[in-house]
Amino acid sequence: MIDDLLTPAVLTGIAYSGIKLATPYLYATLGETIGQVSGVLNLGVEGMMLLGAFAAFFVTFQTANPWLGLLAAVATGLLLGLANAVITVTLKAEQGISGIGIYLFGLGMSELLFQKSLGSVETVSGFPAVRLPLLGDLPVVGDLFFNHSLMVYGAFLLVPVVWLLLHRTTWGLRIKAAGQNPAAADALGVSIARVRYATVTFGGVLASVAGASLSIALLNVFQQNLTSGMGFIAVALVYFGGWSPFGALAGSLLFSTVNALQSWIQVLGIPIAPDFALMLPYVLTILMLAFPFRKTRQPAALTKVFERGET
Amino acid sequence: MRRLSWIVAVLVLGAIVAGACTPAATEAPPPEAQPTAAPAEPTAAPEPFRVAVVMPSAINDLAFSQSMYDALVRIQESMGREAAFEIAYSEGMFVIEDAAAAIRDYASQGYDLVIAHGSQYGSSLQEIAPDFPETSFAWGTTLDTFGMPNVFAYEARSEQGGYVNGVVAASLSESGVIGVIGPIETGDAKLYVDGFSAGVMATDPAATVATVWTGSFSDTALASQAAQTHIDAGADVLTGTAQMVTGAIGVTQESGVLWFGTQSNQTSLAPEIVVASQVYHWEVVLSEMIDLIRAGTLGGESFAITLANGGLVIEFNPDYAVPAEVMTLAEDTIAGIADGSMVVPLP
Amino acid sequence: MPRALARLQSRLLSPSWLAVVTPLGAFLAALLVGAAMLALLGVSPVEAYAAMFDGAFGSSNAAADTLVKATPLLLVGVGICIAFRGGMLNIGGEGQLIAGALAATAAILAFPTLPSVVMIPLGLSLGFLAGAAWGALPGLLKARLQVNEILTTIMMNAIAVQALNYLLRGPMMDPQQVVEGSFIPQTARFAVAADLPRLVPTRLHAGFLVALLVAILTWVLLWRTTVGFRIRAVGLNPFASRRAGIRVGRYGVMAMILSGALAGLAGAVQVMGVNHRMFTDGSSAGFTGSAGFNGIVAALFGQLHPVGTIPAAIFFGGLIVGANAMQRAVQIPSAMITALNGLLVVFVVSSDIWRRRMLQRQQRAEAARALQSSEAPP
Repeated sequence: MIDDLLTPAVLTGIAYSGIKLATPYLYATLGETIGQVSGVLNLGVEGMMLLGAFAAFFVTFQTANPWLGLLAAVATGLLLGLANAVITVTLKAEQGISGIGIYLFGLGMSELLFQKSLGSVETVSGFPAVRLPLLGDLPVVGDLFFNHSLMVYGAFLLVPVVWLLLHRTTWGLRIKAAGQNPAAADALGVSIARVRYATVTFGGVLASVAGASLSIALLNVFQQNLTSGMGFIAVALVYFGGWSPFGALAGSLLFSTVNALQSWIQVLGIPIAPDFALMLPYVLTILMLAFPFRKTRQPAALTKVFERGET
Repeated sequence: MRRLSWIVAVLVLGAIVAGACTPAATEAPPPEAQPTAAPAEPTAAPEPFRVAVVMPSAINDLAFSQSMYDALVRIQESMGREAAFEIAYSEGMFVIEDAAAAIRDYASQGYDLVIAHGSQYGSSLQEIAPDFPETSFAWGTTLDTFGMPNVFAYEARSEQGGYVNGVVAASLSESGVIGVIGPIETGDAKLYVDGFSAGVMATDPAATVATVWTGSFSDTALASQAAQTHIDAGADVLTGTAQMVTGAIGVTQESGVLWFGTQSNQTSLAPEIVVASQVYHWEVVLSEMIDLIRAGTLGGESFAITLANGGLVIEFNPDYAVPAEVMTLAEDTIAGIADGSMVVPLP
Repeated sequence: MPRALARLQSRLLSPSWLAVVTPLGAFLAALLVGAAMLALLGVSPVEAYAAMFDGAFGSSNAAADTLVKATPLLLVGVGICIAFRGGMLNIGGEGQLIAGALAATAAILAFPTLPSVVMIPLGLSLGFLAGAAWGALPGLLKARLQVNEILTTIMMNAIAVQALNYLLRGPMMDPQQVVEGSFIPQTARFAVAADLPRLVPTRLHAGFLVALLVAILTWVLLWRTTVGFRIRAVGLNPFASRRAGIRVGRYGVMAMILSGALAGLAGAVQVMGVNHRMFTDGSSAGFTGSAGFNGIVAALFGQLHPVGTIPAAIFFGGLIVGANAMQRAVQIPSAMITALNGLLVVFVVSSDIWRRRMLQRQQRAEAARALQSSEAPP
């Protein structure tokens, strides 16, 4: 039975599905990574994802144009990210709690707006799968990597972009400094508040776009609690990925691929109880962390509010 | 720091004690409900029937909760005026103790019928119902009335529609590979899936039915992944139950795979590929309950919606052309189950 | 008159009162925003909020419901105080709750004929131990292998839910369900001997007293025992602690074990005091009511102090119970309640800065006065 699992057709199926459904995790984890590297923890990712998902869905539904929907999600994310920045940076609220508050607000607001505007579940025509011209025609790799929705490509392209941002630009230096040693950075003239405002707002945008990727690209539907915990997994994946964009990529792929794997286990009738198959992504994540490939250290100033004059 | 906590604690406890000193008599059930609308007709308006329903998910989940809410709305419309049939609801009550508080609260407000629409509410109902002998309670999906005189039970024989769906699915499938997506293998979902598999096997013994249980009623992304897996494994017909299947339907639409729905009519989600849906028409049994309540019987009976009594209706998608002989087979199957000549074999 | 007012103002702005006035003010501000939303939904805010307060505190039954709701929040929250103060961010309350509840359930179902005086301590102890075990694993992984505990605890939550589903739809399912063919994923109803005794003729059960006792004992533990001191030291400054000879890893693990144990105890208390059987709806939240997460918020609001967590937990319990009552009274979508809860949390937690600024201002004013008086000519 296990050898049924190891056929090329099944493996490519798992890989394709894994790549596709890594997208929302990827957007959300990347956004959270940038925020955490600058020293801010956002537990409200799930709420932002839901509001972004709704905004994108609603506008796409009304205008039949997914690009406008995506724009709506970006706008929503800007607002939410900015609000979160005010709460965590200016008002210096306890980040663990404020995040939960944002989550609850996003969860409730998205469903409330949905009930009051659309009422019943509908589908949209979101971003379709786009086969890239030359690359898509390659034998096996073509179908696997180059036949996805634009939002999927966007997520994966974002990984090197974020890496470059963090490790090859002065902004990146400032972001890392804000998270590692804000007092020193402040003494050197870096505005910690400005850096964190930028990262938190950007994190909000990415979280919103993550939600949009679900509602107008992958699932083409909106429903109450569409994300069902993805945002919290994304936060966990930041830790898994060691605060690195490529780590985020690894974590997102691991998660969604193992989920696809457990689907196949059930479809092929392999005699594992579905409940245990469903445990696989979580167990594997723990196991992989128990054997680390490199030592990671969390940003020293993570969740600590910065006030000039205080250590 | 400690001092202030004590101050706050004292304040809060004081508020509670003050509140607790209010006599519990405020919770006694008031007598029969008063009509809420001023009668505008010359004839005296009958007293409105007041129903409250407690549901575990949203009223627009396109599945379990929505089926009940829609049924109540249909009854309200059939009665002509909102004033004749008052509906109160609490949705999203997946936390049992919150639901228990809701049930108790509605009962104490004098609703004629309090519906606990969720199998997980059973124990709560068992505790609450005896305290309100004047109120009628209904519990689903189950057949157990606890032997109490004011509790009705209702369930859906969803394996019946599942069987019919299975029969049609097997007839329409060309690859003979059929996929099912379910939440957890319990209760209503298990009945449907078992019935569906039985229907497929009876029609095409060579066909294969694979089931993926996602472990959740709401994880839409997981459902879509399950659907994708089925399709990659060669399935050309899919079905599923619970509110998360909207994710699966999206994927099936992209791939041109056929879909069979249950609990609600899912045609609007994917008009090109939804073949049929088993729709729950709870109003069939609700009307019976209401009549019984009006006549003075507050419980003690259990009901089931079936193909026979019209509580379960297989609603075909008018825009999907089902071949004539398949349609005949479907209709014969429905008739057979309805008149009892066919019994759905369950494991 | 103005002097009396000035005195009142300065009294209200004193540090201890500020700690109450500030969140209260934020709470009211959030209610105002909520009122606008309610008005948009076509509902009278006054009616809605009256129903909310009434539902939380307006009668003995309501108060009982609030305290029943607060009980698991308090137990989990006190556990969080231990964990967070020990430097361990335990997000695994949900899973530990489930583990504790399952352990208690297994024992109660296995020995249905035991008398209360044996059954109740047995169930509670097993819940405590199971939660401890569920918390120990992430603790050990952190101490030995430096695996981040936020990650492991979140993963363990999901694993616990799947284990729960497996057990309840299989080995632990109520035999009656199988016979009837309805297959509801729940266990048989517990023997009455396992029910926690009721305190008053309402739904308030002895678990609340257990929670209060635990809170006080934890305060004693953390501030009056060596173990507690070391846990706090490790949390405040692991490097200095190690140099002082404290085994950082050991006390970190201990913090996680105790935190998990209290969450497990909460699970046992819930299943023995409220539900009297174990069930699942696929996610954990149907059973736990998200107490594993809300307990964290309660603890943080209580400034990570076990005794401070008491009013915080009661506040949260009242909020949830009252909000549900409000939904029923004015028939608004439940989503509105969730959004309002979120607003309340955000407003209250954001208001703390005002309190800190006021305190700073007062301290500076006092320092200035002290300086002046010391410079004044004799």
